[in-house]
Amino acid sequence: MNGSQVNGAGASIGGFKTYATGFIFSVVLTAAAFAVAAHEALPRPVALSGLFGAAVLQILVHLRCFLHLNGSSRSRWNVLALLFTVLILILFVGGTIWIMNSLNARMM
Amino acid sequence: MMTNDAMTIDPAYAAEPEHPDAAENQAFGFWLYLMSDLVLFAAIFATYAVLGKSYAGGPTGRELFDLPYVFVETMLLLFSSGTCGLAMLAMHRERKRAVLGLLAVTLLLGCGFIAMEIGEFHSMIADGNGPQRSAFLSAFFTLVGAHGAHVAAGLIWMAIMMGQTAVKGLSAPVQSRLFRLSMFWHFLDIVWVGVFTVVYLMGVLQ
Repeated sequence: MNGSQVNGAGASIGGFKTYATGFIFSVVLTAAAFAVAAHEALPRPVALSGLFGAAVLQILVHLRCFLHLNGSSRSRWNVLALLFTVLILILFVGGTIWIMNSLNARMM
Repeated sequence: MMTNDAMTIDPAYAAEPEHPDAAENQAFGFWLYLMSDLVLFAAIFATYAVLGKSYAGGPTGRELFDLPYVFVETMLLLFSSGTCGLAMLAMHRERKRAVLGLLAVTLLLGCGFIAMEIGEFHSMIADGNGPQRSAFLSAFFTLVGAHGAHVAAGLIWMAIMMGQTAVKGLSAPVQSRLFRLSMFWHFLDIVWVGVFTVVYLMGVLQ
């Protein structure tokens, strides 16, 4: 991958460029998210999708540039474990919100 | 033998410190721990998602949160993630002094983050808005506090690794531990992205 190296400990780490790109993207995305939240006039659905978009993008940037998940065979099992955890996470958080909102609505 | 104690290196590997599998297996094992930690955070996020609007007549997030303050906090953690990455690059080039210097900067930035978080908690509790005030505040202190506790643990680990680097030098086991510390640190920054988005930014929106 672009400028990735193998260190003495056998683990793959990115080059300076990878870290710098990830860092700049993260700063821009964080600033954008805070600007969206501070902007009073935006309609709620627009602001919400902006916030979630920025968060998901930033998490992907962090995973790729800082934790070096780049689709190479070296990181394959890490990606598989992450995908499985994301599945659990969606079931966990989504299921909780669903059932608790449903209960809440029935109790009204 | 496969009973690989985390603190001691398998003799088969110790005899051959350059063995490429040792550090890689340890990094993967640590990755699995991070994934299980993510499930823990998912449980706390789910709790917050359910209780986040139960104010019990108390203050809302909009009244409590100070966005510029949280922005500075976020930047401290992000910069510390950046310097941690630079420390990994210095480690790769076997520059011990640069590793120590960059880890010291990372440690300071992390301490700044924790200090700001303690300051925020302190002023909220002093105003009578502690975790006992409402379900929202209980969930808030649990979620933000759990992340803060992880960061504090990471800072202690970082101080220990600075000591090991200074005393033992950048040997293969020390490099492997430093690499896992950097994984932990970057992971905490990812969790913080979720925290500031869901708790602070969405809390201010409503």
